[in-house]
Amino acid sequence: MPNITLISFGYFEKDILEKTAEAVENEFHALVNLRDGHIDLSEFYDPARRQYNGNTLLKLVDSMPFPDSSKTLGLFNVDLFIPILTFIFGQAYLNGRTGIASLYRFSNERYGMTGDNQFLVDRFKKEVIHELGHTFGLIHCHNQTCVMRSSTYVEDIDQKEQSFCPSCRNELEIHNDRQT
Amino acid sequence: MARKISILIVDDEESVRDSLYNWFLEDGFRVEYAENAKKALTILESNQFDIILADIKMPGMDGLEMLRRIKSLKPDAIVIVMTAFATVDTAVKALKDGAYDYVTKPFDPDDLTHLIRNATKQISLADENETLKKKVVSLENVEDLIGNSEAMKDMLREVESVAQTNSSVIITGESGTGKELVARAIHANSPRKFFPFVSVHCGALTESLLESELFGHEKGAFTGAMYNRKGRFEMADSGSIFLDEIATISTKMQVELLRVLESKTFMRVGGNKEISSDFRVICATNKDLKSMVEKGTFREDLFYRLNVVNIQIPPLRDRKEDIPLLVNYFIKKYCTSMNKPPASIDPTALKRLQEFNFPGNIRELENMIERAIVVGDGKKIGLKDLPLDKTIVSSSAESLDDFERVFILQILNKYSWNISRTAKALKVDRVTLYHKIKKYDLKPAD
Repeated sequence: MPNITLISFGYFEKDILEKTAEAVENEFHALVNLRDGHIDLSEFYDPARRQYNGNTLLKLVDSMPFPDSSKTLGLFNVDLFIPILTFIFGQAYLNGRTGIASLYRFSNERYGMTGDNQFLVDRFKKEVIHELGHTFGLIHCHNQTCVMRSSTYVEDIDQKEQSFCPSCRNELEIHNDRQT
Repeated sequence: MARKISILIVDDEESVRDSLYNWFLEDGFRVEYAENAKKALTILESNQFDIILADIKMPGMDGLEMLRRIKSLKPDAIVIVMTAFATVDTAVKALKDGAYDYVTKPFDPDDLTHLIRNATKQISLADENETLKKKVVSLENVEDLIGNSEAMKDMLREVESVAQTNSSVIITGESGTGKELVARAIHANSPRKFFPFVSVHCGALTESLLESELFGHEKGAFTGAMYNRKGRFEMADSGSIFLDEIATISTKMQVELLRVLESKTFMRVGGNKEISSDFRVICATNKDLKSMVEKGTFREDLFYRLNVVNIQIPPLRDRKEDIPLLVNYFIKKYCTSMNKPPASIDPTALKRLQEFNFPGNIRELENMIERAIVVGDGKKIGLKDLPLDKTIVSSSAESLDDFERVFILQILNKYSWNISRTAKALKVDRVTLYHKIKKYDLKPAD
């Protein structure tokens, strides 16, 4: 059974973190540890883009030692970018041990709509599971409802489930078998 | 299953390379990167990439120069150029030099997804096109034209040389010698091979049907013309049209055909718009067209227009040395299509086949082998599996027409005058069979 660490940087409501951890536990059949991380995010802020650099944040999380954890995902609540793209929801090392995801772009209010906590939590859970999926070697899936489907807008995230399709589930199990 | 698309990223900025690398890996692509144009060109010398995503501004050789070099080496390469400083001039320059698209950094994730999706679609279409072309070649190759005899070799040489030209061809040969196969071989070896090969059996159609079939018709042109319909000449645009049994067309159709061949334009039945089509004509007949011209039943001008090249297919009795090859070919063909283990032929049976005259030519031999594979034990074709004795009775008929009449009657009786099954057994269409029944005034026995 894999050990997954979810490490949150910045302010998060406890409820969101717990629900996310539970969803990860169910989807990966893993032991999930929730931790608080403390870093100075201003070091990762790009004033020209008024966003936070996802590449350097990913490298930072990857450099953190978590000997009891096979996968680590950094959770943020800031707007992430990578140099080539205007924004990202998250990213991960394919078949690696680290990923990051941000809650920042998931609230309805950001798109001029009435706030809905359920949507916010669901989107975040899906994004976290998606990025963790990459660390288990899963690539983007063409199945409309699979959590590994590529999503560039929140609407895309809303369309998919928070679970793996049979094919990705199978890949995940093959990956886990190889590790044991 | 679709193959994995490969992408080469060329950018001097490490963070850009890393970002794109990770992004494409997550999308399931095969990705490599290079930090400058020189290195990219070295990689491209020994590796094939479907998409090259390159920055324009790089130290040393810039992206535009690299684009020109890639395009001169691999004109089909899909190169997408990126820049942080978008100007219309550079965009136009890149596109003029053959770039597939042009994007400004940083781009929206959705734009990148669309860009790559469109490029991937183009690659899949190109792959599909390539596969289909190969399929067309393999479907229409000349492997069905079997023979090692001098007569056959001469004919194949003729086919090969005439294929490269645009000249009209008349193929003459007895019934069953494979005239349509030769026509297909000419088309398949010609520069028109990727365009349609349209076959029309003139003998099976009445004058008015043939007219509508060849020229097409407009809605309401005649009773039953409920839709506009393209004719065979129109369908054969850029390809070849094969007019089988050309000797059977009426005098009126001969005039029409001559006019079309001369102008390559025509009007649909009931239409008033002139349509032009670029086709090559290949005709076939088992009649002696020259003597028909002398008798005045075939127009001389049309004959000379069609008879630019004449290919004569030798009858099977004149190239008996090809029989073993043909027998083995048909055994393999039918064993495969019927899902049976490979069979062979008994030497005595083969010898008897070589002694036989085959008035029905290759079609008759093919039918014999097919039948033998159906009724035989599946391992060795023996004399008992070949209907030689019965056919010899038929072949003793005084003329080819006589033989055909007796043979068709035999098969009709065998299938209790079931037209569909008889036509299938004879490998002709039902219309041809009706035509033959009428011609020979065949009637079922009481």
